[in-house]
Amino acid sequence: MKVIHRAERAKVFNEDEKRVDWHDETLWFVRHKRDIATHGILEWGQLREAGSQIKNHTLSNLNQYLQDFEKNAIANVAVIHWAADAKEHNDIVLELLKKNQITDMVKSKSMLKEKCHLNPFLEKNGIGVIDSDLGERIVQLAGESPSHIVLPCIHKKKEEIGELFHIHLGTPKGNADPQLLTEAARQSLRDTFLTRRAALTGVNFAVAETGEFVVCTNEGNADMGAHLADIHIASMGIEKLIPKRKHLGIFLRLLTRSATGQPITTYSSHFAKPATGKELHIILVDNGRTRQLSRPDFRNSLKCIRCSACFNTCPVYLRSGGHSYESVISGPIGSILSPNWDMKEHADLPFASSLCGSCSNVCPVKIDIHEQL
Amino acid sequence: MASGKAKTEKIMTSREKILAAVKESQPELTPLPNLDLFYQNIDTPEQNLTNFISIVERIGAKVYQVQDYPQVMNQLKEDFDLAGKRVVSAVRELDAMVDEYKGSNNHELADVELMILPTHFAVAENGACWVNDELYQERLLPFIPQHLAFILKKENIVPTLHQAYELIADKSYGFGAFIAGPSKTADIEQSLVLGAHCPRSLRIFVMNLSF
Repeated sequence: MKVIHRAERAKVFNEDEKRVDWHDETLWFVRHKRDIATHGILEWGQLREAGSQIKNHTLSNLNQYLQDFEKNAIANVAVIHWAADAKEHNDIVLELLKKNQITDMVKSKSMLKEKCHLNPFLEKNGIGVIDSDLGERIVQLAGESPSHIVLPCIHKKKEEIGELFHIHLGTPKGNADPQLLTEAARQSLRDTFLTRRAALTGVNFAVAETGEFVVCTNEGNADMGAHLADIHIASMGIEKLIPKRKHLGIFLRLLTRSATGQPITTYSSHFAKPATGKELHIILVDNGRTRQLSRPDFRNSLKCIRCSACFNTCPVYLRSGGHSYESVISGPIGSILSPNWDMKEHADLPFASSLCGSCSNVCPVKIDIHEQL
Repeated sequence: MASGKAKTEKIMTSREKILAAVKESQPELTPLPNLDLFYQNIDTPEQNLTNFISIVERIGAKVYQVQDYPQVMNQLKEDFDLAGKRVVSAVRELDAMVDEYKGSNNHELADVELMILPTHFAVAENGACWVNDELYQERLLPFIPQHLAFILKKENIVPTLHQAYELIADKSYGFGAFIAGPSKTADIEQSLVLGAHCPRSLRIFVMNLSF
């Protein structure tokens, strides 16, 4: 079998030089917005240090915090599930849907579910899945995977999206106006939200002290899905925990400023208890995380809060695109995380680095990314 | 006994396996950091208001400073053509003027044009307002309307998220959210579009009740 290396896949991306320049400049502009946002916070250095230390502490006491979270979530009448790997995670989701005779559901962004290849699994089992984040919906319609964890379709030009929407949503041919295309997606997904009985979401942070979890979006798609559905299934890696509610103050200040340069996402939703007459399920997933935790040189990568600042500053990522990594999480942090999941498949990812150290400089939780690489 | 051990492993649940593996792998306990410095903020209420307004306008929302509820309604009537449109509120003081939502099937809210809601407090550094299900039981209210208006008391603006979490540290809620500006996306070539799935606009009425 011919193994296609990352460098060769990057060559494919580099065939269209203009597109590469656009990709490079656009993401660098996002990086620049991040700089402006962080320079406005005098205590930014202390915030990063606090975020880093809270994450270090959490990992050092994770066994206890997982049990605390479970106990408090159960007291909140949420249902807790544990999944050792992707298969068990997917089986739990399928069983919950089957039990409730649900054949169609709506899903907001979750890198974990992407990593578990949940969509193809559910589709194979007769469950229709619609991704509700606009960027994810676009790559879903295109039959592709996200190329960036925060900006899933940053590799696509608006003309390609216009064509895609013309075919699938009936927008006028040749129209690539972002306003018009977003409106078409809004109308179509509104119908989806109103007709799905199950909603799947990811988790940004989970609080051991209270058993609640927080989901951050700008579109509000996680909320539209979760509040309109009868069943909300949230999947989280075990490293998403933080000890106390007040620690959210640290991480919500760090997350979006690092990601897009916004002071906070439009919606930071705190889910503690199911609404009256509804169900709330939380799946705690290992899928290689305990292995990463056991490796002193690499466990730092579990501190990652998925802001993507390291993507937007990486000279290699900017000029080779997310798909060249052929991994759910690309960019510098993905180059550490992915080989842990599958060393053979992702063996060449750590070489997708110039070791310039820019990734470590922007990381809001001070992961020594370039040293791990 | 080896076979006995294998048997025990076999019946271990994923929960037990994960917790055991975490215990085995987690590094030596490190302390939590001291966070005192983040709570030392000396901004005055006036500064908080000024900062809040400047951020809110930057994130695509609008602030009006008003003295009473009729003023809120007058402004909204000026901003929107509400003839034949559904307006819903969860503000007690507006009961005489606007329908209050009392339904139990939230799908009925799909046609709401304008929603007017109270808030607990706001955060100057990021323009977010905090709402939870203590204010109104139906969680969908701030998400589904075409346009959203928040009522905020002028004295309820804190400087940063640290002070915000101090206010809710011991609160028990089923659902709560910080909401900052209208729903938005920039997924298509990084062009900012307001009104992704949730409200297309947000107006915040800052009430000065001390008059």
